[in-house]
Amino acid sequence: MANAFKTFIPPNPKKSGRQRQAKGFTNIGTTGRVLSVLGGAALAYYGWSRKQSPLGKSLTTAGGYLVLRGASGFCPVNEALHIDTAHSKTEGFEVTSSVTILKPRQEVYQFWRKLENLPKFMQYLEDVRQTGHRRSHWVAKVPKNIISKEKLSTVEWDAEIDREEENSLIAWRSLPGSEIENSGEVRFTDAPANRGTVVQATIAYHPPAGAAGKLAAKLLNPAFKELVKQDLRRFKRLLEAGEIPTIIGQPSGRKNENY
Amino acid sequence: MKAICWEGINKVSTERVPDPTILNPRDAIVRVFLSSVCGSDLHLLGGYIPAMRSGDIIGHEFMGEIVEVGPEVKKLKKGDRVVVCSVLACGGCEFCHREEYSLCDNSNAEPEWTEKAYGYPVAGIFGYSHALGGYAGSHAEYTRVPFAENTCFKVPDGISNESALFTSDAFPTGYMAADFAGIEPGDTVVVWGCGGVGLMAMHSAWLLGAGRVIAIDQYPYRLEQARTRAKAEVLNFREVDVLEALKEMTGGRGPDRCIDCVGMEANSTGVEKVYDYAKQYARLQSDRPAVLRQAIMACRKGGTVSIIGVYGGLIDKFPMGPAMNKGLTFRMGQQFGQRYIPTLLDIVARGEVDPAYLLTHKLSLDKGQEGYMMFKEKANNNMRSVFAPAG
Ligand SMILES: [Zn+2]
Ligand SMILES: [Zn+2]
Repeated sequence: MANAFKTFIPPNPKKSGRQRQAKGFTNIGTTGRVLSVLGGAALAYYGWSRKQSPLGKSLTTAGGYLVLRGASGFCPVNEALHIDTAHSKTEGFEVTSSVTILKPRQEVYQFWRKLENLPKFMQYLEDVRQTGHRRSHWVAKVPKNIISKEKLSTVEWDAEIDREEENSLIAWRSLPGSEIENSGEVRFTDAPANRGTVVQATIAYHPPAGAAGKLAAKLLNPAFKELVKQDLRRFKRLLEAGEIPTIIGQPSGRKNENY
Repeated sequence: MKAICWEGINKVSTERVPDPTILNPRDAIVRVFLSSVCGSDLHLLGGYIPAMRSGDIIGHEFMGEIVEVGPEVKKLKKGDRVVVCSVLACGGCEFCHREEYSLCDNSNAEPEWTEKAYGYPVAGIFGYSHALGGYAGSHAEYTRVPFAENTCFKVPDGISNESALFTSDAFPTGYMAADFAGIEPGDTVVVWGCGGVGLMAMHSAWLLGAGRVIAIDQYPYRLEQARTRAKAEVLNFREVDVLEALKEMTGGRGPDRCIDCVGMEANSTGVEKVYDYAKQYARLQSDRPAVLRQAIMACRKGGTVSIIGVYGGLIDKFPMGPAMNKGLTFRMGQQFGQRYIPTLLDIVARGEVDPAYLLTHKLSLDKGQEGYMMFKEKANNNMRSVFAPAG
């Protein structure tokens, strides 16, 4: 475990642009756990999908650890360091990623604005349902094989679009009382010389308070950055190619694995 | 079904694997009639392209018959006889719109490899390692063809399977090499490498207005093909000093257009050979660029060097000084097949070029290892081993 941590804490992590107070999040029992599971699953998924590389292996291990931590509600690092995770300030962390899509801005915007479309390209989203013009209910999945004994295969929350400019901006945040505090903002601008639309997404998560939360943020940030980047790429592929290319399920000469 | 799988360095084996299925709406399944080995497959065979996994089905040059189409495929139907472009293109991205199909943003199913190694992902290629998409290749009874409407080209009735086969990869690749060379009427064009792609580049150079074509290789039987089929003057680099010979043949000016159809495993002579082999062996460099260096040195001032032989990674001792001071133009890339294949099918239909002569050895899928080694070792005057799964 020590190895994985050593390897993946960036030597000089960038400070997040947004400093946030962990208002309303005073225990690790719910928010901290759920975030840990979700983040850990993302990390583990990212690692697993690159399981051939040493980086992937370590990420899987680190991710699996965070999932366990969340699922069990027990954090050995916290305990070892006698860390009080309640009542202290913490940083949010956010990632920004851009992609250019050779489609008219209106078309790109409208596809995203229909929030039901998001799970088509966001890998960890299972379902998004609009419950009102601005309100929506989100369900994220957690790979079952990692926490097979727990019932935490999905995490749910409600979100609200709090800013919207037709064909250029959508911003949403989770509603107070949600298990996961998160927010996002997507900007749509014209690419130069008729090269379609630049989509810039900023997704923010608010980790549990305290040092463990900071550690989680440091660990998760690169994995989330990669996930957001991959999801934007999948969005581009869906719009430009009409499908997301895959080799999963094709034949090979490997035993027990066909791609 | 049966398929030829890469097992490790210089080892392939014919395995029983599951039949491919439609995985995406734009897919088709093609029953393979003919599937050729390509010079660039030797880089895979030799283990010089990273991201091969033991068990990968190889092969990227093929033709056959559509047996199944996905729900979004309208322009193709069961029974169509098609040649399949070796490079996959989505048709919807900026690069596909520019007809730079091998630069497609979307067709690589595993874009992370080339994104890290090259800065941006490049297109998928059948059976050409996980860096180029990880797609199962064509040395099989059936192959799944993604983006089928962009990838499959119907073969006109008058063209035989054998002639159509090479419009999948060798002919469009050679044609692109000649196109990129920027040939002006009467130019002297030199082609390094007398394999399938090199020979097709020579035919294409004539089609594009060359006044003279010179071919370089070390195997007499391949030079003989260049001389008789492609009407080229020939040089054997084992027998002559290439730079001196080219200068002498061009009245001291040097050739106008130099085409590298060899790539990363070039053979050379002398000290350079020892140096490149040593570095490649120690994995300090992935590519042996002897032909590229020679082309740059040989090319006339202000001429063009067109590179279509495959390079994978980094090279050193690149003669940048000569290239810069002589004002050379470089063009290079994996083939933009979709741009050229319809034109080339017309050329073949009119009988202007018939690439069928490249097929020297037709084999069953069971002879995978034999076919590959014959091709690699240039045994039995082998130009191309071609697998015929349907018999
Ligand atoms: Zn090829
Ligand atoms: Zn494309």
